[in-house]
Amino acid sequence: MNSDLAIDVRGLNKHFGDKHVVRDVSLQVARGEIFGFLGPNGSGKTTSIRMMCGLLTPDSGAGTCLGYDIITQSEQIKRHAGYMTQRFSMWEDLTIRENLDFVARMYEMPDRRQCVDQTLKQLGLEDRASQLASSLSGGWKQRMALAACMLHEPELLLLDEPTAGVDPKARRDFWEELHQLAAKGISVLVSTHYMDEAERCHKLAYIFNGQLIAQGTAEEVIESQHISTFAIYGGDLAALSRELKGKPGVDQTIAFGDALHVSGEDGEALKTTLSGIEQNSSYKVQPINTNLEDVFIHLVSTRTEQGEKENA
Amino acid sequence: MKQKENTQGFSVSRWWAIVRKEFIQLKRDRPTFGMIVGIPIMQMFLFGYAINTDPKHLPTAVISADQSSFTRSFITAVKNTEYFKFEDKVRDEHSAKEALITGTVQFVITIPVDFTRKLLRGEHPELLVEADATDPVAVGNAVGAVEGLAGSVVQRDFSGAVPAFPASSPAPYTVVLHKLYNPEGITSYNIIPGLMGIILTMTLVMMTAVAVTRERERGTMENLLAMPAKPFEVISGKLVPYIFIGLIQSAIIIMAAEFLFHVPFLGSLTVLFVTILLFIAGNLTVGITLSSFARNQMQAMQMTQFYFLPSMMLSGFLFPFKGMPVWAQTIGSFVPLTYFMRLVRGIMLKGSGWTELWPNIWPLLLFNVVVLTIGIKFYRKTLD
Repeated sequence: MNSDLAIDVRGLNKHFGDKHVVRDVSLQVARGEIFGFLGPNGSGKTTSIRMMCGLLTPDSGAGTCLGYDIITQSEQIKRHAGYMTQRFSMWEDLTIRENLDFVARMYEMPDRRQCVDQTLKQLGLEDRASQLASSLSGGWKQRMALAACMLHEPELLLLDEPTAGVDPKARRDFWEELHQLAAKGISVLVSTHYMDEAERCHKLAYIFNGQLIAQGTAEEVIESQHISTFAIYGGDLAALSRELKGKPGVDQTIAFGDALHVSGEDGEALKTTLSGIEQNSSYKVQPINTNLEDVFIHLVSTRTEQGEKENA
Repeated sequence: MKQKENTQGFSVSRWWAIVRKEFIQLKRDRPTFGMIVGIPIMQMFLFGYAINTDPKHLPTAVISADQSSFTRSFITAVKNTEYFKFEDKVRDEHSAKEALITGTVQFVITIPVDFTRKLLRGEHPELLVEADATDPVAVGNAVGAVEGLAGSVVQRDFSGAVPAFPASSPAPYTVVLHKLYNPEGITSYNIIPGLMGIILTMTLVMMTAVAVTRERERGTMENLLAMPAKPFEVISGKLVPYIFIGLIQSAIIIMAAEFLFHVPFLGSLTVLFVTILLFIAGNLTVGITLSSFARNQMQAMQMTQFYFLPSMMLSGFLFPFKGMPVWAQTIGSFVPLTYFMRLVRGIMLKGSGWTELWPNIWPLLLFNVVVLTIGIKFYRKTLD
């Protein structure tokens, strides 16, 4: 096993009843890397993360997490990794201090009191330490949960949609913190829905219907799909979007504020179609760089079409 | 790494962390806290009044020292009242006493020597009926039936020989009734000790089932499992507070029994509390097992009711156990409350010791072992 890898899993599969939730997922996360795990709801992100930290046993596949076997050494993984659940899972009827103290006791931290005090200080929650956790706002709950799963100084963080429902400022602070942690050598696997967050990751994987359909750095993922994108400005963009559907070269149209992003795999055909449109109207067409969102929507829609064809 | 590297075995400090957490949560959960104290008090007042029934076919031993055609015909007539069911195995006085204590029979009818002769001479002989009166409801009607027999049996058998007995005359013999263990037939003597079992079953099964499902429902179980805690630490740690609750409730009831209802306490308090602990353990394992099947707190509550109803109905709390139809007794004998009910009544009202209690102790032990096994098996499954 490669000791530079924080996570190294291959061919993970998991069924719930007759539903195949995770199919042949293999991924590697290097130490000190922030790895973004993307995909729509119900695509198998949470299940994959749970398998990596030893909370679920995969039906098949193998791998290591921090060098420990995910099937036989989940005890060690639990001690050296911090897992932050998707839902706030601290005890709302305990105070902030009691929650942190409980976590410290669970990890049998030798200098518990000091460790809890220090965490409270870092969080800036010293004054509110005796408030119930339920009294915290969404962003604070998130910060507290992160602090709790960092309490035992893990080498790897597994964060399951940590910023869902958190305001932009709190999100930005949260990511600031993640990058600082990564700089200290802590590896982070973080699942998210937000594209701006995806772009802040060192590496990405996109999972759909339990399958990894793209993996690499943001640039690699974008380039691998060979998609051309144009932005169109002016005029009635909603009408234009309807008009463009099914035209040669047009795979998808996405409205971005005052612009309409039109993408397609066949760049030449797309260019021809769009120049035709530009000539006969007030629309302004501009080639732009394909962004992650264009790519992911493209990936999902082509996969969905394939799936429908297979089922038909 | 600052934390200890011990990954093997039971950690007392982790276990203690869970116990502490449960106590804090319990302290903040006002409604539950109110329930712990409120339910015993409320129930005791509600059940302070008796529920009247007319049980039949109660197990009875007959010791006849006077073998005559009259006594045989008398015994048949007693049987025909349908209040009694004769246990043929019990024949002598000693084994009858024993059967009364262990509860295999509820009555011992003793026909003295020379009963027939004295009857014919008009000497009003005495017929001894000893009754286990811990459950006064069961005794009252049955004794009444024996007394009522007098006229009819004597009339029929001796219509020629003893013309002195007109049908309307008072009984030619006297039924001497010895009510044992609860001579005044006070219903609360029977109800209050039984109520202890009812209250422990209702609150403990529900609270443990809910306590575990709540962690699962709120998602905190996932957090617990992501930490190094072992299932056994989590479960046993969660149970400790409820053992205390069970003991507090029992103490409330015992004190109410003593000071409010003046129920006699003949047995040993230590024996009683050991028995209570055994029963608490049984209820907690049932609660844990139910929580493995329940998806949410609501379901856990419903399952508790499903467990609680047969316990209350068929354990001998509401209706005398021996008075129920056989199928109901069969179901009742799978309910731990049935045995606990007999144990508590035995200890408090009869002063029974371990030897007399044993027939009702081992089913309780067996129940605990079986349910614990099921509970552990399914708890492991729910981790995945």
